[in-house]
Amino acid sequence: MSNEWPLWEVFIRTKGGLSHRHAGSVRAPDAELALRHARDTYTRRLEGVSLWVVPSAQIVASDPHQAGPLFEPAESKIYRHPTFYHVPDNVKHI
Amino acid sequence: MYTTELQKQPSKPVAATEPQELIDAFEARVAADEFIEPKDWMPAAYRRTLVRQISQHAHSEIVGMLPEGNWIGRAPSLRRKAVLLAKVQDEGGHGLYLYAAAETLGTSREEMIEALHTGKAKYSTIFNYPTLTWADIGAIGWLVDGAAIMNQVPLQRTSYGPYARAMVRVCKEESFHQRQGYEIMMCMANGTPEQKEMAQDALDRWWWPSLMMFGPPDDESPNTAQSMRWRIKRDTNDELRQHFVDVTVPQAEFLGLKVPDPKLRFNEATGHYQFGEIDWAEFWNVVKGEGPVAKERMHDRVKAWDEGAWVRDAAAAHAAKQHSTRQAAE
Repeated sequence: MSNEWPLWEVFIRTKGGLSHRHAGSVRAPDAELALRHARDTYTRRLEGVSLWVVPSAQIVASDPHQAGPLFEPAESKIYRHPTFYHVPDNVKHI
Repeated sequence: MYTTELQKQPSKPVAATEPQELIDAFEARVAADEFIEPKDWMPAAYRRTLVRQISQHAHSEIVGMLPEGNWIGRAPSLRRKAVLLAKVQDEGGHGLYLYAAAETLGTSREEMIEALHTGKAKYSTIFNYPTLTWADIGAIGWLVDGAAIMNQVPLQRTSYGPYARAMVRVCKEESFHQRQGYEIMMCMANGTPEQKEMAQDALDRWWWPSLMMFGPPDDESPNTAQSMRWRIKRDTNDELRQHFVDVTVPQAEFLGLKVPDPKLRFNEATGHYQFGEIDWAEFWNVVKGEGPVAKERMHDRVKAWDEGAWVRDAAAAHAAKQHSTRQAAE
């Protein structure tokens, strides 16, 4: 029987005001040790001020093969960007 | 090199059973320098080659802790001890990033560790040479980490996303390793005559094994072309080796040390150093596990793993107990 520790995904907030970003993974038997391992593995050089660890099995991901149907519809909707609209040069503050 | 292709046989061609349109789409993405992510379709041969390369790289980081680790207790000052401890800890971290990257390809960490401990998996030949004096710690940082950086920098753009991201992190951390090694060499080369002699002796012993780290010559690396097309290798072994010699020889001259190669000379016409024949018979012997301290390294590695078993068991038992207590409370 495999007694391999579960996998955890590690997220780091690099400094106050920024969101946590994915840094990598660690294996650990529980959440507390996952945090400790994440600290030793990913923050040896002041890389962060806060850590999240999430069991990898809990992450729900979109299917890469469905990337087209999921994301391509936005491609044709350029009117969602401000540069789509023409405003004369002499109109200010808009 | 940590990632040297140690296969003498050409790898099997892409299996004919794989749908051609998937293969074509994959090749096109890679040729366009796109990154391949774990859940994307990839040819079985690409996956297999990557698992071998990344796990071999991970093993090299882990085994690489041993020759240096045995000098932590004998470092000549508290500063040197703190630095060496930090470096060895980094190597452990690098091994962990790489095991995690390899796991995304469907192999398990247990399988990889088992393959290392039973001698099935290879690791860099460089760690099968002994570290006899403190100057060896300088030479390893300067030459071995220098060679490693040269190989790893282009791998930051390798086609497999998790591997490339691990390499970015590794490269950021590794440059201190080389500098601390060179600092040790500078200190000894400018020290007492005995210290300078130790520095020269370390260079004499580590120079050729460092050149071997880049792997067999291009005409004996049957899988280079495919690996370069797949962007899991970005420069050939001989290109990287030449680049290493070109940048390292002037560094040795600055130290006032002599590179142990009577044939070494600068070619004005090409702008490169020419160097002597490498003893490839020695290289292949070391690959096969006949390096001077190969058995000792694996013995130490397995011992460390076995002696840590009770810690892993206790942690797992604690986690199981916490889990069942929580469930009972719910």
